[in-house]
Amino acid sequence: MRSFHLSFHFICRSAALFCCTMFLMGVTHAQPTTTPNDVRDSRDGAYAFANAVIHIDERTVVTDQLLLIREGRVVGLEDSAPAGYQQIDMTGMHLYPSMVDLDSAYGLPDPERPKPFSFNQAEVLESETPGAYNANQAIRSDYRASTAFTVNKDKARVLRENGFGAVLSYMSDGIARGTGTLVLTAEGSDNEMILKSDASNHLSFSKGSSSQSYPISMMGAIALLRQTHLDASWYDAGGRKSMTDLALDGWLSHQSLPTIFDTNSWIAAMRADEVGDEMGRQFILRDSGDAYKRVSVIKQTGARMIVPLSFPEAPDVSDPWNTDLVTLEDLKHWELAPENPARLAAAGIEFALTSRGAEKTFMDMLRQSVKRGLSEEVALAALTRVPAAMLGMDDHLGSLKDGRLANIVVASGNLFDESTTLVAHWIAGEPYVIKAVADDLAGEYELSVNGQILPLTIAGTPDKPSVTLSISDSDSDSDSDSDSEKDSKKDDRKVTASMSGAAVSLVYSLDDDQAAWRLFGWATDNGWSGEGQDPEGKAVRWTLQSAADSDEAVAEATDKASSDVDTAKPVGEVTYPFMAYGRSTIPDAETILIRDATVWTLEDDAPLTSTDVLVRDGKIAAIGNDLSAPNAIQVDGSGLHLTPGIIDEHSHIALLGVNDIATNSGMVRMTDVINPEDINIYRNLAGGVTAAQLLHGSANPIGGQSALVKYRWGSTPQEMLIEGADGFIKFALGENVKRSRNQSSIRYPQTRMGVEQVYRDAFGSALDYQVAHDSYDGMSRRARQSAVPPRTDLAMETMLEIINGERFVSCHSYVQSEINMLMHVAEDFDFRINTFTHILEGYKVADKMAAHGAGGSTFSDWWAFKWEVRYAIPYNAALMHEAGVVTAINSDSSEMSRRLNQEAAKSVKYGGMSEVEALKMVTLNPAKLLHLDDRMGSIAVGKDADLVLWSDHPLSIDARPLKTMVDGRVLFDEADDLAMRQGIDEERSRLIEKVRNSSDGAKPKGGDDGPPGYRARPLFQCNSLTGFEHLTSIRGEGL
Amino acid sequence: MNTLKTCLIGGLLLLANQVSALTPAPVDERQSLVLHNAVVHVGDGQVINPGVVAMSEGTITVVGGNDALAELDLTSYQFVDLGGAHVYPGLILPGSNLGLNEVGSLGDTIDQSETGDLNPNVRSLIAYNTDSELIPVTRYNGVLTAQITPEGGLISGQSSVVQLDAWNWQDAAVVVDDGIHMNWPSSKKREFDFATFSVKLADNKQQAEHIAIVEQLFSDAASWLESDDKMRNLKLDAVVGLFDGSKRLYISANLAQDMVDAVDFARRHKIVHVVLKADAEALKVAEFLAAEQVPVIVTGLHTTPRSDDEDIDLPYRVPAELLNAGVKVGLTYPGVMNARNLPFIAGTASAYGLDREQALRLVTLSNAEILGIDDQLGSLAVGKQATLFVSQGDALDMRGNQLTHAFIGGREIVLDGMQQSLYQRFHKRYATLDESD
Repeated sequence: MRSFHLSFHFICRSAALFCCTMFLMGVTHAQPTTTPNDVRDSRDGAYAFANAVIHIDERTVVTDQLLLIREGRVVGLEDSAPAGYQQIDMTGMHLYPSMVDLDSAYGLPDPERPKPFSFNQAEVLESETPGAYNANQAIRSDYRASTAFTVNKDKARVLRENGFGAVLSYMSDGIARGTGTLVLTAEGSDNEMILKSDASNHLSFSKGSSSQSYPISMMGAIALLRQTHLDASWYDAGGRKSMTDLALDGWLSHQSLPTIFDTNSWIAAMRADEVGDEMGRQFILRDSGDAYKRVSVIKQTGARMIVPLSFPEAPDVSDPWNTDLVTLEDLKHWELAPENPARLAAAGIEFALTSRGAEKTFMDMLRQSVKRGLSEEVALAALTRVPAAMLGMDDHLGSLKDGRLANIVVASGNLFDESTTLVAHWIAGEPYVIKAVADDLAGEYELSVNGQILPLTIAGTPDKPSVTLSISDSDSDSDSDSDSEKDSKKDDRKVTASMSGAAVSLVYSLDDDQAAWRLFGWATDNGWSGEGQDPEGKAVRWTLQSAADSDEAVAEATDKASSDVDTAKPVGEVTYPFMAYGRSTIPDAETILIRDATVWTLEDDAPLTSTDVLVRDGKIAAIGNDLSAPNAIQVDGSGLHLTPGIIDEHSHIALLGVNDIATNSGMVRMTDVINPEDINIYRNLAGGVTAAQLLHGSANPIGGQSALVKYRWGSTPQEMLIEGADGFIKFALGENVKRSRNQSSIRYPQTRMGVEQVYRDAFGSALDYQVAHDSYDGMSRRARQSAVPPRTDLAMETMLEIINGERFVSCHSYVQSEINMLMHVAEDFDFRINTFTHILEGYKVADKMAAHGAGGSTFSDWWAFKWEVRYAIPYNAALMHEAGVVTAINSDSSEMSRRLNQEAAKSVKYGGMSEVEALKMVTLNPAKLLHLDDRMGSIAVGKDADLVLWSDHPLSIDARPLKTMVDGRVLFDEADDLAMRQGIDEERSRLIEKVRNSSDGAKPKGGDDGPPGYRARPLFQCNSLTGFEHLTSIRGEGL
Repeated sequence: MNTLKTCLIGGLLLLANQVSALTPAPVDERQSLVLHNAVVHVGDGQVINPGVVAMSEGTITVVGGNDALAELDLTSYQFVDLGGAHVYPGLILPGSNLGLNEVGSLGDTIDQSETGDLNPNVRSLIAYNTDSELIPVTRYNGVLTAQITPEGGLISGQSSVVQLDAWNWQDAAVVVDDGIHMNWPSSKKREFDFATFSVKLADNKQQAEHIAIVEQLFSDAASWLESDDKMRNLKLDAVVGLFDGSKRLYISANLAQDMVDAVDFARRHKIVHVVLKADAEALKVAEFLAAEQVPVIVTGLHTTPRSDDEDIDLPYRVPAELLNAGVKVGLTYPGVMNARNLPFIAGTASAYGLDREQALRLVTLSNAEILGIDDQLGSLAVGKQATLFVSQGDALDMRGNQLTHAFIGGREIVLDGMQQSLYQRFHKRYATLDESD
């Protein structure tokens, strides 16, 4: 706490400081290449800051020397001001290196608004940017922010007043955004403000204003980045001979710049880092503020981060009708987000802080971060040295070491104290006043007028102090004979006071009937004194000094402030995943002995009754009677049924996107967009599902590559992937790929005839592509020099994988003609279709499928939702099975997947399948279709312990999973589930109460954007392009 | 399954598979039958085992144990030994667009949503396509009666209750224009938030305006009714049946506070019969609905919880929990493509808190009571229509739901339809292929 005494000093000296700064403004800087309309007026701007606490950097604090600056740079520290330096008394002030913000749009035009994607528009298949730019409109590597930068005084002032002397401005538009420019926030010419024209390179997963349809998904954006990286290499290696691409020129020239990747979640940050790994680059990751949810994953990236100080607004819990629309996840995030910087720091992750999004609350948010565990040292580094170093500009910015730019923040005290304000900001040696000194004078004083002492209180804010005199009759008029009640009554008299600056005035009256006392005066070393007139006009002399107990009052205020922190209740835990039903630790793989259950091994013709199954190390260790395992958790299975975990051949849950839009989207990978924070994972476990193929949607003849996952609830995206699984890819036929329901669609193909040609073209092109590469690889070095090398095309690479039997097709299909067509195409290219999925008319060509070797994965009884499912019959599974096709029943629905056992049971009803065969439709058969039957799909020793213990016959309507195990970990357990429900209720109550008691919590939020935190989640199905189709007029049912 | 049929009742029943399911059974084929040696699920919660059901001239004449036949003159009856099979009242499907929506994605085949906000006057019955391919498919699992219901707008129009075996809508009608269907303006609506790129629920700023439109319609209808010199007005004329109880008002409401407002609205306008169509939101105001004696038709159990935080099985528990709170509960399966699974969502309701017969009641007697047709349908009771079916096993379980016979108004209907004939064709084809291998 700054002493009372010092504030008076400052007030006395500040007038001089600001007089001189005002005078100097705009004089020392003059752009050398301009011709002044005046005589020359060059000054060297040599100043010596005296008596300040000088923070050279976050670790080095100097209090006994003067800081010298000259010609806009720091000269060094001296014991006294050398001749020629103007000494400025900074008593009580703290000097900090100016902050550097690496995430800014300062001085740039606003990006064009993104165009909302609609299903019903004509696709835009090519870039609409005129000129020799990239084939994809979202690749804007040719863009240079410096070419658009111009000083914006209003915005510069906001940045300066938050403490930022330099910012990195870049255009938030596109997947490759070009370069950012490092600029000062002073008000000189544009030419002088740019410190480094091309300081950084910027990437994101968001296509921004691009009107081109592709990519519409995160996985499409990732694929485009991969391809662009390859294209740039090709271009550089000789592709340039065949064409000009200004964006690729830009891309190549930015390779050496630090690259900042903008992300919207920790998952995206992790993905961005992986993309960087593929390119051989280490990106700087712009965190969205949730990295604390998975610190370990972020730590593993090894990346430096840019971390926001904009914390979420309190969810609206004002309306008891609607509090259940606020999720636990949002409540927890509201509570923990302010700890994001601290938790990253604790993990040893280096980061810079950005004020973006927190322009109006920056200091509050910064101090809140410190209260929530961030050390002042790390916070200061994250605002100064670290961002400067990230750009390789630490020789110029980020500290007050010799030779650095004289970018200096003058603060009224320690930056992190609540009461500290920024007083001035020097940028490149030029001062800008932030706030004329309105020091916090609050406290108790004694006003002595002609020897009579009155207690005076200054309260209110530094800007608007309210001054009152506290008088009692005994003080004001001890001779009076007023009644005793009035004697003891204290009377607060308001004082009209002007206390800022060196000259002050006080006007008050001691009695309503009395004229005013009018005092004027000036600051002294220990207060104020002056002259004035009493109500009768007689001259008086007065002094105003701190009351004797003022130190106590200050101490009391300090106690109060710190007790606010101390009484903060403990916060909730980070759970995995960070939402309802998340756990603070992921259950271990246990040794479990299930006794006396009815065991549906699916290796036997009938279930084994009263049988024991031992699970150890994530595997099925033994099956038999009277097994003994003393150290195992014993589970009484009597009356219960044990089956293998259900495997869903066709799912779109746990994904951040479903469809992209290119006719051949073979370059797109669903493994890039796994979302482990989808509640449907847990709900599926509760329905006995343990593994699934997460497929691309069905908008394209050639869709994206699948992700084969286990529902390892709580894991990272990478951990969900099934180790060593074969690669699969989604194809699709029929109405969806024809875009039948988009009347405006222009995309080829629009008929089943065209669909066939797409395949023949894709596979044929891939073979030619292989020839071109082989031929180039076979050339002599000399021949290569004159040749244009063949381009690496990720979609073609995928086609080759399919032809070579390294990737397997799961094809969305309905009618017999198209099914037959695709088998012929495959055979002509000498490979086999692995699975027809949905395949509702499979029963019509089941013999041909069996002969081809294709499996079928179907709905049990869906039909009638569109024309091509007109002849779908619930006997499809039974008929395909009869004809020798490996048949599965899939969900394509986060709802239906919760009861796939019931869907399998319908095969008993429709077609009279045996119960064992029916259960295989959702276990062993999908395992076969996914090439996982060597380790999943049945209960056999050595297979993965993916097991479900059911309350009843697993095909009965009454069956509920009591336990679902994945790799021997019990990830769903009925008793545990009930306990978690209670935990969710309790945690919600605690957080809602906390929101209510918070400063912005109690009031309704409404407004144009709707109440914060009322969430409605889209559910992806096969036909979803973006997941936002319900916003259009199209009804949701189509698959 | 056809072998089962023959062995059980030895050719007694006249219609065979050569007749398409789309050809309704003639009225003169109403039989006098005694179904005996059966497990009789009455629909009101009782099971009679062993039990008998007798029917004559389209009406149930006996329900009970074997001794119940004593009072009956059996001379004209034929006896059918069901060999322990189960007899159920026909399941009732409320709020369905069956016969209005043939192919979900093809507008040409859909007649369920008239343009405009206020359509109390439009009548579903005249668009009901008795030849819809979906009808035999729905019947196949035991659904024999449906309320054909328009959708869309604030007031969608009027439903009618039909039986699912008819030559034309006129013959199909059980109750003509039984109710008016209303979508209560929701206090929240889904909006896309570009800032977070997610869907949020925002205040529906049009709610008050939309409520005012409906309030005005009902107020105007009430005064119009009292007026001596009325101008003709189809919309007002359609509404007035709500005031004398000749029609029911079915209100779909999304959020609990909307349910309270909707019921208050109906009470203020003196609507005699009010039915709410709702999901788990209704649980928040179950006590209110019980006190107000407003029945709820639960609109489908096969849904996911509304929020991440909610109990994962809450949608399944809705009927049980509403019943426990004292609310009268019915159950439907919205959408035509899955309506045949009505018995299985009742089964799910049973797995989550109700005994089987209570769950059966949801889709039989309770639905009948809510629709106001329980004098004719909904349970196996003397004097009610002989609309019932025989299943080899538990009709609410996928494995047990194997219908051998179904009767509508005493006429045995053909269960097999296009799907069964396709099955037979290809089953035979693959069997032949196997032999030739």
